[in-house]
Amino acid sequence: MNAAVDPRSPQFQPETTVSSNARSETVPPALRFRDPQIEMAHGAGGKASRRLVEGLFAPLLFASSSEPLGDAAHLDFNGTRIAITTDSFVVKPLHFPGGSIGELAVNGTVNDLAVSGAKAEAMVVTYVLEAGLPTAVLEAEVRAMGNAARRAGIAIAGGDTKVVEHGKADFMYITTTGIGRPLPGVKIDPGSVRAGDKILLSGAIGDHGITILLARGELDLEADLRSDTRSVFPLVEAMVRVAGPGIRWMRDPTRGGVATSLNELARDCGLGMVLTEEAIPMHDAVRGACELLGLDPLHIANEGQFLAVVAPEYADAALNALNLSPGGADAQIIGEVREQPGGAVLVTTGYGGSRIVDMLVGDPLPRIC
Amino acid sequence: MKFVDEFRAPEVIAKTCKEIKRLSDPNRHYRIMEVCGGHTHAIYRFGLKDLLPSNIELIHGPGCPVCVLPMGRIDDGLAIAQQPDVIFAAFGDMMRVPGTHGSPLEHKARGMDVRIVYSPADALKLAQTNPDKHVMFFAIGFETTAPSTALTLMRAQSQGTHNFSVFCNHVTIIPAIRAILDSPDMRLDAFIGPGHVSTVIGCRPYEWIAKKENKPVAVSGFEPLDILQSIVMVLRQLKGEEAKIENQYKRVVPWEGNSAALRAMAEVFELRPYFEWRGLGFISQSALRIRSSYAEWDSEQRFEVPGVRVTDPKAAQCGEVLKGVLKPHQCKLFGKECTPEHPIGALMVSSEGSCAAYFNYEHRKMEMVTSIAMPA
Repeated sequence: MNAAVDPRSPQFQPETTVSSNARSETVPPALRFRDPQIEMAHGAGGKASRRLVEGLFAPLLFASSSEPLGDAAHLDFNGTRIAITTDSFVVKPLHFPGGSIGELAVNGTVNDLAVSGAKAEAMVVTYVLEAGLPTAVLEAEVRAMGNAARRAGIAIAGGDTKVVEHGKADFMYITTTGIGRPLPGVKIDPGSVRAGDKILLSGAIGDHGITILLARGELDLEADLRSDTRSVFPLVEAMVRVAGPGIRWMRDPTRGGVATSLNELARDCGLGMVLTEEAIPMHDAVRGACELLGLDPLHIANEGQFLAVVAPEYADAALNALNLSPGGADAQIIGEVREQPGGAVLVTTGYGGSRIVDMLVGDPLPRIC
Repeated sequence: MKFVDEFRAPEVIAKTCKEIKRLSDPNRHYRIMEVCGGHTHAIYRFGLKDLLPSNIELIHGPGCPVCVLPMGRIDDGLAIAQQPDVIFAAFGDMMRVPGTHGSPLEHKARGMDVRIVYSPADALKLAQTNPDKHVMFFAIGFETTAPSTALTLMRAQSQGTHNFSVFCNHVTIIPAIRAILDSPDMRLDAFIGPGHVSTVIGCRPYEWIAKKENKPVAVSGFEPLDILQSIVMVLRQLKGEEAKIENQYKRVVPWEGNSAALRAMAEVFELRPYFEWRGLGFISQSALRIRSSYAEWDSEQRFEVPGVRVTDPKAAQCGEVLKGVLKPHQCKLFGKECTPEHPIGALMVSSEGSCAAYFNYEHRKMEMVTSIAMPA
C-alpha cells in the first residue's frame, strides 16, 4: 500500500519551499503502533496490517500521514504526473492452478496502478532467491513474468537479484515497483464518495484465495477452481471511457478480500457500504469451500477483480461497459453507499437478515470444531 | 448450491417467520438457549435476530469448546510444546486463543513449532513424516470431534507411531447443560439442541431435560431455516404446554446416535472425575481423559505438565456471558479492552464464541439510527 504522497513534499521538489505538513526531524512523530512483535496477521491485509502501516510506517516515512492510503501514489513533477506502486510476492506454492508467482507479480503491479486510475508503463523487479532453488523453477517464473508483462503491455525496465542461504526463504520472493501514467479525467478519492453511489464488482470473488488454500494440499479437498490472476486494466479502461467522471473510488480486493477493502473505504469516507448478498458474484466451488471451512468469501483474496464506487447516474453505463468487455460478463452492482451504518459494511440477505462484516482479523483460519 | 440454498430460500423463511409470530404469545417473554457455538455463529452470521419478534430472546449457551477451556489448559499445552523437538499441532480454532503469555500463534511468531491441522489424523501424519520430532495434538471439542481423536489414537497404537501424543481437552455436553439448569440465576424456557454433537450421541441423552426439567428441546441444524424451524418446534411445545425432544436435524442426526463413533470413544477415553470449565467452574464427570491402555500416547502422562490454575482477568465476565446471564456487550471489557484483535477471553476469539460473533456481526448495528432496507 502506498500513501498518496503530497506532491508538494520536499523530497520530490527540493527547490521549492518546505510544505507545511513536512515533519521536522527534531520532533519524532508519535507512533500509535504498540504491538510487541510482528505476527503473520500484520501481513494478512486486514486490521493488523492497517494498524502497522498507519501507526508505524506512515508517521515515520510519509510526508503527510493523514492522507488516505491508496493502491498507488500519484506524484506531480512540475506538471508531469506519474503513478508509482510497489508490492512483494511471497506466495506458496509458487505454482497453482491458473497462475504462478511470476504472473502474479506482474498482474498485481499492473492492477495496483489500474485501480489508482493509471495505465502501467514500466516496472523493475527484485528477486530474492533461496540457495538450492532449481534453475528450471526460476526460469519458469521469469518466463511467466515476461509473458504476463507482454500481455499487459508493461515494460520490465530492470531488476536486482539477491540470494539468501538455503532455508532462509521459501524458494523465491519477488518485489516489483511499477510506474504508470494517470488516465486523464479520473480522480480516485474516498472523500468524494457520496450516499447513493453504487458499488460495482468486476467478477466472481474468492477464486484466488481458495485456489491457493487448496493447492497447499493441507486439506483433502478438490475443486475445479483456478486463480483469477489477470490484468484488470482493460476492464478499468472500458469503464473509464464511459463513466470516467463518475468514478469516485477503485480498489483491487487482494489480501483481506472485498470486506477489508470496503471497510477501509467506509472508514475513510465515514459512510456505510450496504451490500446485497445475492448480488455478489461467486463460483459454487468457492461458496462450497467457504461453507465447509467456515470462511467468509468476503474475506478471501482476489488477484483479478476490482471494486468501484460510481456515481448513480453513471452506474448503469459503467456496468454495461464491464459486462461487454472480455472477462467482465460477471460484473455486478453489489450494493450502494448509505449514510448508515457510518464507517461500516452491512450485508443484507434475501430473506431479510443482515450482518455487519468487519475487516479480516488475523489470517483466515479454517474453523474445524 | 445443494443442501444450502434450500435452507435459505426466502419464501420458506418468510413462511416460517410468520408461523413463529403466530405461535408466540405477544404478552410472554421467551428465553431460548442455543447450546451450540455453531448456532450462535449462524444466528449472527445470517442476521436471524432481525427476523424474530422482540419477545423471543436467544441466549447463547456453553457449546463453544474453545471458549469453555480454562486458560491454564492452554498454558499447560504450550509448556509441553516448549520442550525441545516438540511440534504443537491444533485446529485453527485454537490458534488465537490467549494463554497467560500469548496465544499459540504468538508463540509461533517467537519460534515455537506450531502447526495448524485440519484433523487429528493429519497430526498423526505429521508425526510420521517427522520421526525425529514429537507431535503433540492439542485436542479440543465436544463429542463432535472426540471420535476422530479416538480413532487417531487407535491408529497410532496399531501403526506403532511412538512420537505422537494427544493433550486431551475433550468435554461432554450433557453435564454442561445440567450445570446451566442448576444455576440459580438462569431462567430458560427451551433449548435449541446441539446439531453436530447429536450426530454422535443421538437424541436420547437429552430426554431428562424434557422429563425432569420440563423444558422443550429441538435438536437443530445450522442453516437459517433449520434454526427457525427449531424455534417453531419449541414454541409449539410451549404453547401446548408439553416438553419433549424433537429432532429437526433428521437429515444428519440419528435418534440413537452413531454407535461406531461411541464405541471408539469408549475404547480410548474414560470420564475424568471432574474438569474445570471457564465460567462454570469444576463440573464432575464432564470431560474425557485417555485410558491407561493408551497412556503412551497421552501427553499428560508422557510429559511434565505444570497444571497451574489460571484465573481469568478479574474484570472479564466470560463466565456470566457463557452461562447466558449477561449479553456479550454487557461485559465491562466488551469492545474496549477486549476485541477480536486483542482478545482477553476466548469468547472473543473463536468464531463460535458469542462475544466474537456479536462483535463481528452485530454490535455496530445497534448504533444505527435508521432502519436498513435492501438497496434498490
